[in-house]
Amino acid sequence: MTLSEYFSAALLFAGAFFFLAGTLGLLRFPDVYTRLHAVTKADNVGLGLMVAGLTVQAETWTAAGKLLLIWLLVLLTGSTVAHLISRGALRRGIQLWKL
Amino acid sequence: MEAITQLQYAFDAPLGLGLLWLAWRTLACQDLFEAVVSFAAFGLLMSLAWVRLDAPDVALAEVAVGVGLTGALLLAALAKLRSSKMNEDAAGQLGKEGSEVGRPQWLPLVVLLSVAAGLGHAVWSLPLYSAGLSPEVALHLETSGVSNPVTAVLLNFRAYDTLLEMVVLLLALLGVWTLGGTARRPEAAPGPVLDTLVRLLVPVLILVAAYLLWVGAHAPGGAFQAGALLGAMGVLMLLAGWRLRTSLMALPLRLTVVAGPGAFVAMAVITLFIEGRLLEYPPQHAGTLILILETVAALSIGATLAALFLGSRPQDLENR
Amino acid sequence: MSAAFAYALVGVGLFSLGLYALIVHAHLLRKILAINVMGSGVFLVLVALGGRTREAQPDAVPHAMVITGIVVAVSASALALTLMLKLVAETGRAELPTHRRE
Repeated sequence: MTLSEYFSAALLFAGAFFFLAGTLGLLRFPDVYTRLHAVTKADNVGLGLMVAGLTVQAETWTAAGKLLLIWLLVLLTGSTVAHLISRGALRRGIQLWKL
Repeated sequence: MEAITQLQYAFDAPLGLGLLWLAWRTLACQDLFEAVVSFAAFGLLMSLAWVRLDAPDVALAEVAVGVGLTGALLLAALAKLRSSKMNEDAAGQLGKEGSEVGRPQWLPLVVLLSVAAGLGHAVWSLPLYSAGLSPEVALHLETSGVSNPVTAVLLNFRAYDTLLEMVVLLLALLGVWTLGGTARRPEAAPGPVLDTLVRLLVPVLILVAAYLLWVGAHAPGGAFQAGALLGAMGVLMLLAGWRLRTSLMALPLRLTVVAGPGAFVAMAVITLFIEGRLLEYPPQHAGTLILILETVAALSIGATLAALFLGSRPQDLENR
Repeated sequence: MSAAFAYALVGVGLFSLGLYALIVHAHLLRKILAINVMGSGVFLVLVALGGRTREAQPDAVPHAMVITGIVVAVSASALALTLMLKLVAETGRAELPTHRRE
């Protein structure tokens, strides 16, 4: 494997690690707000690292541009969905977790 | 076995087991909301399975239609179900809707096991390699007007099936409208975040849908995926509170919805007069004809799916 | 066993699970979910068995049929959900009348 392939694999593994961390937060955190925080932040970073890893392997500039557009769209929609879910949870009166 | 095959099995086994487990969770869950969310997650795993099985067109269609639109329809129906039940019994069975899951019964269990055994045996006894219809598809692909075999099958070789499918979509919409539409649920005003998201996403979605439509001729994509994306855009706008002007509600909406099947029927009649058979394109114009059909079909599918989500009849919205 | 047969057996399992849930559950929304799961099982069998070609390219005809099937399934689900909501509006319960214990 060439150096760029090693680099791309390292980025993909780092992205997978962030996804794992986000899912661990989803399973272990105490209430809906902290879970949203974990999933949204970690998954966006994880996706960014994976997109970076795939961009290294991309063959054309348009393919790299499409991958970047995918990441930007997921950032946009992911944060909006997290906002909407937490707003709905607040409306239903779900209390924030206190220590 | 080489390492790559073992790695593939390491991916296939959790995916297959995860599909079965999520399906069981969807069907056996006590809370209906959890069941619907599990169903959406099940659809996402299915689209992973499609990618694994070298079916990217099916993966695109599954994600857009099977997860996005079906999930939105199920959640909207669940919300209307819970709000209508809360209006009925003041005892407030909040969240208890549909949580009566019975004990396993032995006669359906026997049916289940015998059906599974019979189908499993039938599948297992199939030959290991079977070319199916792929030699014929590969043989006629150059004269079909496109180079993506799935698009060629959908819009040229089996265009009759696609015509009937467009009619089925129209029939479902007519069925929903004939039933009088569903009751309007009081909706909360969308906040600035959702409104801004919709304003940002709608142009992007139109662009991506047009791209999918164009690229479907030589890469995974096509009319159904583009139409599903337009339908998702329509659902997004409806959820953010946007509604069509009443002048656009009566005739233009109905024309758009009918345009898809109508274009297919018109194409069938035209080719009947030109070539003597229904839906047989002249080879030098096949690519252009397919593109025209795909464009009209995508617009029609998008309008129909969004109208299916809204559920209300146009005349009810006009008379507000 | 190749990957095609493994996924086809998963599809058979999904179909059987959906069939059992369709028979056993009384609530109409659960029945609609069960029908969708059955449909997904059938699609999985179709596409998996279409991947049995000797070359790298799978057979395109089952893919087209499954795309058609997915769109038909969503339109049928929409109509079924509207029927269920109409039934709830008329009778107050989301179950067919024969299921109710009198």
